[in-house]
Amino acid sequence: MLRQEFLYGVLKKGGAVLVNKRLNFIRRKSTNYVMLSLTFLSVVIAVIPLLFIFYYTISKGFTYLNLDFFISMPKPVGQEGGGMANAIIGTFILIGIGGAIGLPVGIFAGIYLAEFGNNKFGSTVRFLADVLSGIPSIVVGVVAYTIVVLPMHHFSAFAGGVALAILMIPTVTRTTEEMIRLVPHSYREAGLALGIPKWKTSLVIILKSAWKGIATGILLAIARAAGETAPLLFTALGNRFWSTKIFQPIASLTVYIYDYAKSPFTEWNEQAWTASLILIALISIISLLFKILTRSKY
Amino acid sequence: MLEQIKLKNKIFFTLNKVFSRSIASANTGDFIYKKLTQFFAFLVFLLVLVMGYEMYVGSKLSIDKFGWNFLVNSTWDPVKEIFGALPAIYGTLISSFLALLISVPLGLGVAIFLSELSPNWLEKPLSFLTELLAGIPSVVYGLWGIFVLVPLLRNVVEPFLFKHFGNLPFFQGAPYGFGMMAAAIILSIMVLPIISSISRDVLKSVPNSQREAALALGATKWEVIKIVLANSRSGILGASMLGLGRAIGETMAVTMVIGNRALISPSLFDPAYTMASVLANEFTEASSDLYLSSLIELALILFAITIIINVAARIFVWSFEKRWSSVG
Amino acid sequence: MRNDIAINKTNLKEKISQDKNKEKLVIEVKNLSAYFGKVKVLKEINLSIPKNKVIAIIGPSGCGKSTFLRSLNRMHEIVGGTITGEILLDGKNIMKLDPVLLRRKVGMVFQKPNPFPTMSIFNNVVSGLKLNGIKDKKILAEAAEQSLTHAALWDEVKDRLHESALGLSGGQQQRLCIARSLAIKPEILLMDEPASALDPLSTSKIEQLIHNLKAEFTIVIVTHNMQQAARVSDKTAFFYMGELIEFDSTSKLFTNPSVKKTEDYITGRFG
Repeated sequence: MLRQEFLYGVLKKGGAVLVNKRLNFIRRKSTNYVMLSLTFLSVVIAVIPLLFIFYYTISKGFTYLNLDFFISMPKPVGQEGGGMANAIIGTFILIGIGGAIGLPVGIFAGIYLAEFGNNKFGSTVRFLADVLSGIPSIVVGVVAYTIVVLPMHHFSAFAGGVALAILMIPTVTRTTEEMIRLVPHSYREAGLALGIPKWKTSLVIILKSAWKGIATGILLAIARAAGETAPLLFTALGNRFWSTKIFQPIASLTVYIYDYAKSPFTEWNEQAWTASLILIALISIISLLFKILTRSKY
Repeated sequence: MLEQIKLKNKIFFTLNKVFSRSIASANTGDFIYKKLTQFFAFLVFLLVLVMGYEMYVGSKLSIDKFGWNFLVNSTWDPVKEIFGALPAIYGTLISSFLALLISVPLGLGVAIFLSELSPNWLEKPLSFLTELLAGIPSVVYGLWGIFVLVPLLRNVVEPFLFKHFGNLPFFQGAPYGFGMMAAAIILSIMVLPIISSISRDVLKSVPNSQREAALALGATKWEVIKIVLANSRSGILGASMLGLGRAIGETMAVTMVIGNRALISPSLFDPAYTMASVLANEFTEASSDLYLSSLIELALILFAITIIINVAARIFVWSFEKRWSSVG
Repeated sequence: MRNDIAINKTNLKEKISQDKNKEKLVIEVKNLSAYFGKVKVLKEINLSIPKNKVIAIIGPSGCGKSTFLRSLNRMHEIVGGTITGEILLDGKNIMKLDPVLLRRKVGMVFQKPNPFPTMSIFNNVVSGLKLNGIKDKKILAEAAEQSLTHAALWDEVKDRLHESALGLSGGQQQRLCIARSLAIKPEILLMDEPASALDPLSTSKIEQLIHNLKAEFTIVIVTHNMQQAARVSDKTAFFYMGELIEFDSTSKLFTNPSVKKTEDYITGRFG
């Protein structure tokens, strides 16, 4: 007790120091304002390039935006007009092949992780799916080249689809797993208590309540795949002619943008902007669906 | 009486039979279901292994020919068939490092604003905008880079830097516009949303009790933020590393603005090369087996680097998430 | 022997200060109403808090007792709440004070212990002082020892001051948070159900602590536990549906309440 009394005196002195620190208080306040303004400034700086990009894509993109762009073929250099009908259909075909291969793998692997994945194998797969999502798309392109293009001896839409599928798998796997895990445990118990076997419970009851979440994951994966260029460069390659054949090279919007952006012809440069506008519109529609789905979830 | 018992027994046994059969079929169903989904999970597992293996086999020729020299040789000459990855590795690391130098402070600023300061009505549209930034395809960034950023650098920024800081080794040579500086800037724009959105989530997951504790001690808003930041150090580090992983593997936008020359130069005005842009540019032109093999080895190195970075990043984020289980 | 003298001395001191401060009020609350958006959660509260006393605030959950407490150090406004009316601290309206300065005079301990996990025990205790720009190691060390002693934690942690605060038990963490609040020498200490997350042994330690702290601090404690209020407080306020129903000395309120509703509540007829 005596000791406390003694110490109190010392602290009272500390208190006096506190009171005399008016200057310190002003310094703290000004640091506060400076730092808070800096964070706001960084928001402004971060938003500027976005506005810039949107402004250019929209203002330049509209130059060539007409019905012709959607329904006619690219014209040779020097000729006015022309469109990218083949690239638009090509993009859809590539996404289709990628989805047909990637989605089942992703969804079933996700179901496995959620329903049976609480073991070593499960955590390994979960970990590898995360690793897979961090691998650069160009590397995926190289792999698709070695496992599809080399054995088949030519570039093809199929090879591009395989590359896109590999890119879709991790997103779909992980969202499927997370969405199934969100389904309350009582649903599962209700199903099992009715004597419904586990596989039926899982497929009918659980998937039915989680499908919206899973669908958003699928849309997210598709939106990303639609914007990919690098993995298509040496798989689907590109095609200046109309082709919907799976085992032939195929055109895509992204590769067209790349080629036209690099080309020395202003006309092609301008068409690259229009293609970008269409691509961004396509991706925005997909992400808008994504937003709507997530909003109405549960 | 006897008849009744017989009937009862009959009913009992039939029921039992039906029941056990349904149990058996349920078990088979469950077994098939489990094995089926397990097969697909195994495919994911296999995929990563196959990727590594395929690239290893594909680069065997180059590995045998150049060995470790591949990593330190600074000559990349397809005509003489001498392949050294050093310029590409250098370009990759420097461009990503410079990009992070810009985007980590900015992204953190955005994250702080979104999680700690922004009024509710502003937070949603701002988060949406940064998400949009993440959704724009890389090739569109590149297009914008070629026609907006590069001319801006060539005509305004680089002459200005040359005039005022021209004695520094970083700002020398002709201002082409295409080069390391353009690549770093475009990468920083692309990586920013990743860093800011993950950091925002990290900051938001620091429990409010921490903020209240600091406020109750008489902390200013910034001092509260400092305590929140101290709590999220590992999470922010993880976010930055995920950004780094993205920057290192980014292909199209970089390829379109970096100038694509296998050159090691301290000047940010000079063109450079990254591993990803070498692949994008030269893969379809590879005329010999050794050339192709060297390119695949480049992909293998990129694969290894990004795996290491991503694993490290995830470990940081995990260790951050774990912390809060032990508080209070 | 020495202890006896010391105790006598404190008793004497307490007595003197009691006489002296009989009418001395630290906080006067006049016509206080608090809102969340448009919802009125506190209705025209009038209440005075005398110096060096323990005031307990009881009432069923949702009655506004926490809001009342958080109005006193303006923590109510950081969650988007607003108030009308006046709160005077030593005669000054707290709405005209800088909240940062106000909160240095009005400390707060929360329901769940919330030590800073990135700091050592020592740094947790002195964090408030460091914020205020005190860097003198001697003062910090003295303040840490004193505050921890006050919070009855010194003996338990003196050998591991530089270890992480997360190594402490829940009860120890809560006493650490009390020590942290004491280190900045507040005039008033607000406690928002400080023992509700703790085991009975830790709870009794905290209650003992509150009793000891009374000599130097004014304490306002919110509690849902009526026995606790009866054990630790000098005066008790009963809140119901955002209104102050009754405010009186604890012994009077618990034995002979003047309002029927209070009686119903303390005898367990509702709430």
